[in-house]
Amino acid sequence: MAAAPISITLDQIFLLLRDWLVGFLPAGVRPAAGAVLGVIAIVCVFPGLFALTTVFERKGLGRMQNRLGPNRVGPFGFFQPIADGIKALTKEDVIPFRADAAVHFLAPLVLVVAVFMGFAVLPMGRNMVLVDMDAGLLFFFAMGASTELSVFMAGWSSRNKYSILGAMRAVGQMISYEVPLLLSSVSVVMITGSLSLTKIVAAQNQYTGIFPHWYVFTPWGFAAFLMFAIAATAETNRTPFDLPEGESELVAGYFTEYSGFKFALFFLGEYLGMFSISGLGATLFLGGWSAPLSFLSVVPSWIWFFAKVMAAIFVFIWMRGTLPRLRQDQLMNFAWKFVLPFTLLNLVVTALWRFMGEGWARWVVCTAILAGAYVLMGRIEMRRKHFGPRSYRYAE
Amino acid sequence: MSFVFYLIAALTLAGGLAAVLLRNTVHCALALTVAFAGLALLFLGLDAQFAGFAQILIYIGAVAILVVFAILLTRSSETAQEGVFSKSWFAGLVIAAGVFAVLGWAVLAGARALPLVAAAPTVTVQDIGNALVGRYVLPLEIVALLLTAATIGAVIVALHEKERTR
Amino acid sequence: MVVASPLAAYLLVAALLFAIGLAGALTRRNAILVLIGIELMLNAANLNFIAFWRYGPHPEALTGMMFAIFSIAVAAAEAAVGLGLVIQIYRHTRTTDLDQMNRMKG
Repeated sequence: MAAAPISITLDQIFLLLRDWLVGFLPAGVRPAAGAVLGVIAIVCVFPGLFALTTVFERKGLGRMQNRLGPNRVGPFGFFQPIADGIKALTKEDVIPFRADAAVHFLAPLVLVVAVFMGFAVLPMGRNMVLVDMDAGLLFFFAMGASTELSVFMAGWSSRNKYSILGAMRAVGQMISYEVPLLLSSVSVVMITGSLSLTKIVAAQNQYTGIFPHWYVFTPWGFAAFLMFAIAATAETNRTPFDLPEGESELVAGYFTEYSGFKFALFFLGEYLGMFSISGLGATLFLGGWSAPLSFLSVVPSWIWFFAKVMAAIFVFIWMRGTLPRLRQDQLMNFAWKFVLPFTLLNLVVTALWRFMGEGWARWVVCTAILAGAYVLMGRIEMRRKHFGPRSYRYAE
Repeated sequence: MSFVFYLIAALTLAGGLAAVLLRNTVHCALALTVAFAGLALLFLGLDAQFAGFAQILIYIGAVAILVVFAILLTRSSETAQEGVFSKSWFAGLVIAAGVFAVLGWAVLAGARALPLVAAAPTVTVQDIGNALVGRYVLPLEIVALLLTAATIGAVIVALHEKERTR
Repeated sequence: MVVASPLAAYLLVAALLFAIGLAGALTRRNAILVLIGIELMLNAANLNFIAFWRYGPHPEALTGMMFAIFSIAVAAAEAAVGLGLVIQIYRHTRTTDLDQMNRMKG
């Protein structure tokens, strides 16, 4: 038996490691033990990534705002998350006197559990998926929808006007942007013909010459990717859609009344939501774990997945450093009058793409329709001032 | 029947009971979501993956949220002074008990004729999709029409009566 | 346990859930809770459909499954319109108490 090439060994290293560890156990419990190991890996890796991201975000934002960011704890401030974690764990856990104690306690748990469940169906590398479900995409969205309830629970149980306002804003926003999020993913499902995320990646893992068949490189895929990115930003409550927790308006929104470890759980849940939605975006449009150029396939597949996720996180941070916050009515108008109609149109264009067959004609037609609609809708809406520039009625 | 089934069934029924019995309306809505989640798990136990996930997505993600929004908008979260049960609660309870007696009797009387085991059906999501746009395409279109009508209807019904002056 | 057939166990759970929903719809004062009871009844019916599909003679025909999926879609529409009506009634009468909504005059 010849030894496998080093690149394949590296590619499958986590699976080999798992099989080696499971090999010490009796044969009967091996599948269950393998699944448990997978869960442990997810539960360890993503919070670690969360800790790393917080320090990168604070340092990156600092650079964008012409300051240094955290630089006291450890070399270049890289041990800041450890200090923050110790602080969060040792702080007193305050529960407001009037709060609904049971619901107040359950809300962060529901959030973190629901967010973690979403990772189960994401393929993080070749053969690296915890549960390869037939309806994986539907499962992911079902779990994403469950987080909305935890937001409401947190806001309502705190008995605080800022909390309830933040929760109402968050739920309204998440519901409004969930529709375009789902519909933009549907166009990928239409082309692939499957809800299974592993099949969606497999369909994109082909190359013409050295260039990959990622969906973002098609007219409909590009449009769907843009809409997905907008909806995902809103779904994770990031700037410019961070009204639910806009600290200058609502203190911290729905988790104003949380302190100590529970606050840390909300923080964790928010960042995990960013990771999982970026992972989904990478899987649907950016080829998941497949390499960007064919000769780069020697690099292990999981590196590509995590590189794409971290690139998306960087864009999130960049946008936070660049864009101002929207107003509530601008947010809703943008969702229902621009993003939603455009995704619906994109579904029609996707169907057109599917049935026009191979050839250059479909590239021209689909691009023309989408670009025309984009320009036209933008012009009309801007003229009607539905999401035009801000006008300050009292400041003029 | 397995232990897991009894656990999930107990969870579902407890959620349902709490949803109709609790005094605080928001607690009722949250208990309702427990019942919905239990039902989704029961669907998964019946090898109906697609229906189970659709149940979570639509009932927990949309219907439960609608319910809590309606509760907040109508100020129902403050518990009513004069009691939460209707004056005719006894009659309602008797009717419900009677319905359960009839249903339970029918199931138990027919239990001998029911199959003991059935092979797990191998239905993929693709089969469901093909059936939806094949054999069931007319119901699908009608549901699409119904949902559009319901969206417009709900917006019109919930709109303010008076024209807002700008 | 007397119930040997899994189908019968599912049907009993569904019957109990239906009765709970019916009791809720008939005894609560708040209009929203009546809607919650109706949702529970609908869900019990869905459970029946799925159980009969799973243990029926022709699961590959997908009849019960399709009925459940369509029923979920219709229930979403029903909830939206029903809650819209409740909100509108509340705006009009300042109450969601069904025992006080006993006049035909607006």
